[in-house]
Amino acid sequence: MSLHAPLTVTGGKLLLPDGTVQPGAIRCEGGFIAAVGADVTPQDGDTVHDARGALVAPGLVDVGVFAIDKPAFHFGGITRAALMPDQNPPLDVPARVRFAAQSGKPDFWVHPLAAATQGLEGKALAEIAMMRDAGARAVCTGRRWIGDSGTMLRLLQYTGMLGMVVIAHAEDAGIVGNAVATAGEMATRLGLPSAPAQAEAIAIARDIALAEMANAAIHFRNVTTAAGLDLVQAAKARGLKVTAGVSPAYFMLSDLSIGAFRTFTHLSPALRREADRQAVIAAVADGTIDIVASGHDPRGPEDKRLPFADSAPGMSGAETLLPLTLSLVRDGVIDMGRAFDLLAGNPARLLGVAAGRLAPGLEADIAVIETDRPWIVNSDKMAASAGNTPFDLQPVQGRVLALFKGGVVVRTKKGSR
Amino acid sequence: MTSPEYTYPEGALAFPHRGLVGIAGLAPHEIWFLLDEAEQWVEMNRGAQKRRELLSGLTIINAFFENSTRTLLSFEIAGKRLGADVVNMAVANSSVKKGETLIDTAMTLNAMRADAIVIRHASSGAVALIAGKVDCPVLNAGDGQHEHPTQALLDALTIRQAKRAFNGLRVTICGDILHSRVARSNILCLASLGADVRVCAPPALMPADIEQMGVTVFHDFDAALKGADVVMMLRLQLERMEGQFIPSPREYRHLYGLTLDRLELAESNALVMHPGPMNRGIEIDSNVADHVERSMITTQVEMGVAIRMACLDVLTRKGRKLEGWA
Repeated sequence: MSLHAPLTVTGGKLLLPDGTVQPGAIRCEGGFIAAVGADVTPQDGDTVHDARGALVAPGLVDVGVFAIDKPAFHFGGITRAALMPDQNPPLDVPARVRFAAQSGKPDFWVHPLAAATQGLEGKALAEIAMMRDAGARAVCTGRRWIGDSGTMLRLLQYTGMLGMVVIAHAEDAGIVGNAVATAGEMATRLGLPSAPAQAEAIAIARDIALAEMANAAIHFRNVTTAAGLDLVQAAKARGLKVTAGVSPAYFMLSDLSIGAFRTFTHLSPALRREADRQAVIAAVADGTIDIVASGHDPRGPEDKRLPFADSAPGMSGAETLLPLTLSLVRDGVIDMGRAFDLLAGNPARLLGVAAGRLAPGLEADIAVIETDRPWIVNSDKMAASAGNTPFDLQPVQGRVLALFKGGVVVRTKKGSR
Repeated sequence: MTSPEYTYPEGALAFPHRGLVGIAGLAPHEIWFLLDEAEQWVEMNRGAQKRRELLSGLTIINAFFENSTRTLLSFEIAGKRLGADVVNMAVANSSVKKGETLIDTAMTLNAMRADAIVIRHASSGAVALIAGKVDCPVLNAGDGQHEHPTQALLDALTIRQAKRAFNGLRVTICGDILHSRVARSNILCLASLGADVRVCAPPALMPADIEQMGVTVFHDFDAALKGADVVMMLRLQLERMEGQFIPSPREYRHLYGLTLDRLELAESNALVMHPGPMNRGIEIDSNVADHVERSMITTQVEMGVAIRMACLDVLTRKGRKLEGWA
């Protein structure tokens, strides 16, 4: 039972579960959404927030972050994140999962992803059922691919029985080796260790075959190539329980960005060629991609101020997740409803949490967003614990004015009400 | 010898770069300028008096984060013949290897007020990273698999002395192209000067999309040799010939070894080059490497000192406040 007064957000444009945007209000009670619509009005004693015509949308659900970085998540309108098991030490025992699940409360919810294998080494299965009961919402192979097909098959059989989805990193490790770039002209000119982009499709093809054998659900965290997306699309058409995600970097950038050895563009998977970037955009539009996630991985100078191949992969992505996805709306690739399916509805469904949409009975995670508000990404001034963004100094549009977690305000931008 | 092929402006405009990080970014006439500048040092080095006090009072630090014998020696001799104080910092086997310490090391060298820093490092891009952090000119003596610009310049000087012009010259580069910074710098340099560059390697040692750098790709060495004016062999690391990339050294020689018989396929006056150190009897046979008329391998070493003298001279002109350069 919430000790806070009921909340009513008025004067906004509501993003409704059917994807339409309509003027109206939303009222929350006891941490849950009580009513949504044009005829909803505040009641006596309610805390009232005037959205002043801004978009009222569900809080973002970010699948696959590497650190709990609340200032960055709140800046980006993210109210829940699924935490990668690649922690130090890894989330491969129930106690660590239980601790991680509590670590964001009360103003942020962390959904731990259980390590699929002990120590994330890809060999022995971890205690997945116990981690599920400790709060893990899904199982994850971590940053790495499970190279042993037998282990992967047994994992999928086990998670299939438990009704949990496996979130997989899809790159054939034998082909990737120590590569830090995608094979192509850019990597050749720079002399960087590189691997062919087909490493992704090879991994996806195997994992889809294994998931089908096991009748298990699998989600590929980042599908970044045309060939990989074709496989996902075909698997979906056959009715398999296959879903795909992607980070904005893969629809915004190609390997041209690594040109000046800029380590902020060192990502995993490596940035792909332009044709693959275009394929990702098409897949976001046609529904092949289900989830857009930040892959938030803040890294300081000790990891990034190094020669490219010696630097750690990853980007600080929580603050740019929303505006970069909204750029697809402005470009006419997707509509606003689909944008929030990608950012909130589908991720919540994948994790099996009662959130991600503005529907009565769901948790009152609400973001008030000025979708056209311009601002400039600045790596020196980010809310995140490190500013390693490949989008430094890029103008973007879309800013969170206010954020509510369970009907309680966690952030308001100055002058927004 | 100043060839009429390229002209360049007076003073600092002839080479308006702070350092030499790579051949990429150099205009053909800037390459030509460095080659021309090197000619005087070729002359001087052949005489009895091998020292000119041009860089007297300047400190040059050779910071080699990766093992090297010949390149380090070549830079050391070049600096000393110009009268500079040359200090060698061999860090390849010390604890200072990579990480933040790389930049810390660079900052340390900078604080010691070096007038030029020569760097070799095992990671591509490491030299550019340091160049952005220090105040003095930085010369790339090889960074990972990226570039080795002075090697390309000395190779170009060697070729120019024998062949005069580059336009349409057929140069075949054979060996481990994938892992070779020498190949990359040479491709950029020779293609920029108008040569017709061919690269030859098995697919596993050929970088993706290398044809985008303006070269023709061959896997068959015999075909790549036909009509070649210059044959440049690359060293293949022994550990890559033991099953990872190549089944065995003798199988490599079978397909890609430069033998006297194979050399017959090239032009009758074709030059044979190798950046060293050579695997004799593997990528190049001894009777080819030691061929009196054809082998340029020791000439390359000689040109190396002259080219490095030219680079050290040109890049320190601004610091020395030379007229037209300050």
